[in-house]
Amino acid sequence: MSSKATAQPLSLKLASGAFLAFWCLIAAFPIVWIAVMSVKSPRDAFAASAWDVITGPATRAAGNGLSLIDIVLGLVFLFFAIRWAFTRLPGLVERFTPPGMIALGWLIGALVYGLLFVLIFFGVLPYVFGALNSILGPLGTPIIGLTTEHYVAVWGENQFYRNFMNSMIVTAGVVTVSLTVGTLAGYGLARSGSNLAFWLLIVALVFRALPHSVLVAGYLPWFINSAEILRPILGDLSPTLYGQPWAIIAVLVAINQPFTIWMLRSFFQNIPSELDEAARVDGCSHFQAFRRVIMPVMWPGVITTGLFSFLLGYNDFLVTALLLDAQNQTMVPAIAGYFNRETTTTDQVEAVAAAVSITAPLFLLVMVFQRQIVSGLTAGAVKG
Amino acid sequence: MKFKTFFWFVAPSVFMMLLFIAAPLISVFIQSFQVTQPVMQQVEVETCTPGFLTQTCTTEVKTVPTIDEETGKTITTTSWVGLQSYRNVLQMDKVWEAVSNGALRDILQIDFWRALRFTLVFTLLTLPLVIGVGLIIALAVNNATKAVRGPVIFISLLPFIITPVIGSLSIYWLFVGDGILTATLERWTGQDIAMFAQAWTIELLMYFYRVWHVAPFAFVIFYAGLQTVNMDTLESAIIDGANRFERLRYVIVPHLMPLIIFIALIHLMDCYRVFDEIIGFRSEAHVISLQWLTFNFLTPDDAGNRAISRAAASSMLTMIGIVILLILPLRRTWRDHKGGAH
Repeated sequence: MSSKATAQPLSLKLASGAFLAFWCLIAAFPIVWIAVMSVKSPRDAFAASAWDVITGPATRAAGNGLSLIDIVLGLVFLFFAIRWAFTRLPGLVERFTPPGMIALGWLIGALVYGLLFVLIFFGVLPYVFGALNSILGPLGTPIIGLTTEHYVAVWGENQFYRNFMNSMIVTAGVVTVSLTVGTLAGYGLARSGSNLAFWLLIVALVFRALPHSVLVAGYLPWFINSAEILRPILGDLSPTLYGQPWAIIAVLVAINQPFTIWMLRSFFQNIPSELDEAARVDGCSHFQAFRRVIMPVMWPGVITTGLFSFLLGYNDFLVTALLLDAQNQTMVPAIAGYFNRETTTTDQVEAVAAAVSITAPLFLLVMVFQRQIVSGLTAGAVKG
Repeated sequence: MKFKTFFWFVAPSVFMMLLFIAAPLISVFIQSFQVTQPVMQQVEVETCTPGFLTQTCTTEVKTVPTIDEETGKTITTTSWVGLQSYRNVLQMDKVWEAVSNGALRDILQIDFWRALRFTLVFTLLTLPLVIGVGLIIALAVNNATKAVRGPVIFISLLPFIITPVIGSLSIYWLFVGDGILTATLERWTGQDIAMFAQAWTIELLMYFYRVWHVAPFAFVIFYAGLQTVNMDTLESAIIDGANRFERLRYVIVPHLMPLIIFIALIHLMDCYRVFDEIIGFRSEAHVISLQWLTFNFLTPDDAGNRAISRAAASSMLTMIGIVILLILPLRRTWRDHKGGAH
């Protein structure tokens, strides 16, 4: 690329750089903007001037805001918290987890860290800063309006944590089951060159194209009446599948299966088949070869596929809205409940806060797994 | 691998797909020819209102659903109605009437045809936009210095990964009556702007949202493809006197062609089931899609009834559309497979 012929004129470089900046602005703006709106009082959130939305004069007038001290100290705390997560946390996790359980250890470590962070950042620091601000006088007067009242309303009064729990249950179930079932099938398909395997993949491709509402139209009558249909077989234990989170998990796993097996198959094809052939020569059966030789090297592909299963379960609106009742509702359909109530601007800003709450975990996900997501997207494409 | 081992490896996955995808399809197919209705009975009801001297009593015959004495549920019957549900969804009589009157626009008053029109236009219009925008971003990122690429990819992934309903909501809030962009536009143009009061502005925002949401996916794939462009071919093109655009047209785009087809295929599938935008933009009154139509039939109405058979009919019609869309790419794959086998 360094040769003279491919060197680009300055105008082209500038144009491409400007375009890139413009794209980044468009890509990030709606998301950043709802995050800003969610921490302002309703009057500021829907103010006509952008500057008012950012600084929030009405929010500040109500006594909610950040002073210079708050911002500086908050950033310092944030910096050290993140640095600690990258320097000390890995050591702690490795010290306290028994060998062979490292994935579980990381999961628990991340959960504990997240909880501690939320507790300190939102529970302890506001009080400390409040005391500091009252002492410091002019430095302590708020300069940017900021309030967490909408988040408190959404998570506290509106019991959004219930929806959050339901979302987590459904998503965790979808990820584990679809990966378990999918890795076996993906491995089988990658190692079999038969016509049957090809046809299975084509049928899976057609299934992937199906609109989900078609499938739900098939489930609904059966799910609602399942207690009576299953009674002859299961007796009084027969459940009504409508409204059951585990029934949703099964449905979403099945919907996700075509994509999962395509993706995992392309990952398994990249693992040289000499590996399991060598294990077979040493006397392993196919399943033993899979467990002892393939499983240790398959995790990058499995994690990537798991991310996409997570997105499917987490982002789904249609299936969960139709097949779950109000008590077991997940987060995304629950936000539709705000539409009907959205009469005052306060309700609107609460809906914005709920939307930001749903987006925050996804944001973290991209931060941690950016490389896996990119490799997953490209792996699927290159293999077709 | 022996067939038996292969079978046991794929069995759980195939079982799930058969039970939760193939079986519902058959069930929907059957339901679309059936109608389940509560059994109605006529009951004589005497209602009395207090009056002067004597009560005023009226007797009337009411039609009420029959209730099972033991379970307390309404008794329903299921009957075969042939193509009646399809007729209810398609409303062909109104279509022919509109055609014979020469008023073709009236066809779009019917829900199904309105949804079909939007779904097809949406799918076909966003396809070139997504591929074009994705390619331009990929080329621009490829031009940029290494330090910039990571953050740009991170920011680009955000619109792709965000929950579709939330993503369209976030754009909705920018353009809603007192949203920031509407206010800014109003200040510039000096006019009152209501983005969600007529169909065409909503549709514009939906196209924008879909490109915003999917272009990063195209970008990431094209970007990966650009890393494998053969430098020798590119340099010989330069020696042959190809300018920048010609190099793009005759070297880079042909190299990316398989990826373009892949993205087009995925985009066709995903766009054809456009749904979340309708919820996020709350455009039910103006713009609807095929999948939303089925969703609406399945949602309980005020009386708590679901129009299952009409939903089944509209989903079968949706299916026919997806089969037509997929025939060409699938035939291609089949030919490739045949060619590869020989």
